Amino acid sequence: MTGTDERPLLTIDGLTKWYGRQLGCRDVDFDLYEGEVMAVVGESGSGKSTLLQLLSGQMEPSSGCVVYRQRDGSIADVWQMSEPMRRFLFRTDWGYVHQDAQLGLRMGISAGGNVGERLMAVGWRNYAAIRDSAKSWLDRVEIDSNRIDDTPRTYSGGMRQRLQIARNLVTAPRLIFMDEPTGGLDVSVQARLLDLLRRLVADLNIAAVVVTHDLAVARLLSNRIIVMKAGEIIETGLTDQVLDDPSEPYTQLLVSSILPV
Amino acid sequence: MLSLEVAGVAKTFTMHLQGGLRLPVLQNLEFAVAPGQCVALSGPSGVGKSSVLKLIFGNYRCDEGTILVRDGDTMVDVARAAPRQILSLRRRCLGYVTQFLRAVPRVSALDIVADALSDLPRETSRARAAAMLSRFNIPERLWNLPPATFSGGEQQRINIARGFLPEKPVLLLDEPTASLDAKNREVVIEVVREHKRRGAAIVAIVHDDLVREAIADASLDITRFAAAA
Repeated sequence: MTGTDERPLLTIDGLTKWYGRQLGCRDVDFDLYEGEVMAVVGESGSGKSTLLQLLSGQMEPSSGCVVYRQRDGSIADVWQMSEPMRRFLFRTDWGYVHQDAQLGLRMGISAGGNVGERLMAVGWRNYAAIRDSAKSWLDRVEIDSNRIDDTPRTYSGGMRQRLQIARNLVTAPRLIFMDEPTGGLDVSVQARLLDLLRRLVADLNIAAVVVTHDLAVARLLSNRIIVMKAGEIIETGLTDQVLDDPSEPYTQLLVSSILPV
Repeated sequence: MLSLEVAGVAKTFTMHLQGGLRLPVLQNLEFAVAPGQCVALSGPSGVGKSSVLKLIFGNYRCDEGTILVRDGDTMVDVARAAPRQILSLRRRCLGYVTQFLRAVPRVSALDIVADALSDLPRETSRARAAAMLSRFNIPERLWNLPPATFSGGEQQRINIARGFLPEKPVLLLDEPTASLDAKNREVVIEVVREHKRRGAAIVAIVHDDLVREAIADASLDITRFAAAA
């Protein structure tokens, strides 16, 4: 692989999803480059979660394509790949952080097992090495390593979310999808998680798509932003530009609805 | 050779929540800055001085005209550049120093300043951040604390230290000395002069006459470009 590839990591073209006659999202286009964090904001029902599922290969679009540049530099349409290939990508190159940590974790196995499982899926077999790696990732997400053998059932909400992040990042993915990663957490727990995510994404140079309805989360985590309404992108640009100089009526309404602290 | 060339720039805000009220701010804005030169923007409050800096930084969208910022041998038009070009330009070529710190939860004062040099190894960026914090008289016992609970003046000086740390070719200063004491104002003057000596092109908003006299080579009255409402 060459040092820097100037081509986008992900190219989205005309992505559309209909649920019968109900529109999920329509004509979504954008490019995402290495190391960029894109926030997708909008109210519930705006199509942002649909978009995330289409992008991450979990739901097939009605039309349009998701094109991914693989580690070897080749370009592939995610929906033209074979199912095993797509699953392999999901286990190795991509991560997905669910709002509800229970969906992203295996609640019945230990924290160490949750992290180690992703490594085993990419071929790691040495138990000691897997355990060491799991330990160091628990440490990076600020989970005390003497909790490594406990199951996530015994963890608080914030700890579960941090464990889910460790499970995703342990395989050094190039692209991570996050669905309301701080939703449902206490404010103080949110701040810790956000700081952690911000640092990890920057240190590892990961590209990310973050769906959130919280503009403060978007400002802190993302470089670029997409504002969605009724299934379509209505405004997009640099995050600070869109939030400080919003041009669409709906974006102005969103920005002006934030309560100052 | 110029570092910054602004031509024919116009900016109008449309307030959709106020029935589409249009607020024209600037029209036909035109000026240029050479390396080592400092241009001070003048004009009454509300005339659009900060908007000029935000347009150059790409924080506000530009309706008309061109905003060329030097990037090595080429000039990049901020008014038309793609988001990632603007991000890259900001990282390498375009600095913005304000008095307002956007504190990040849990990040120490030292790291907030050192993050401005994220391309360098951690020890190097921390050492240079420490030197800058010392120059701005931030006591060492505060360096490892997150500044959310610091006094307004301390937060301001931390933000200025962060803004002045990287040696970027173009620097935008929005009232860096507002409400600073005389000692720290002197430090700002010294630091700005150092940046000028190394060839930075600077656009500054400075209300303090003493500071303006000390740093500015030219003055530009923004009232000339105020759009008729």
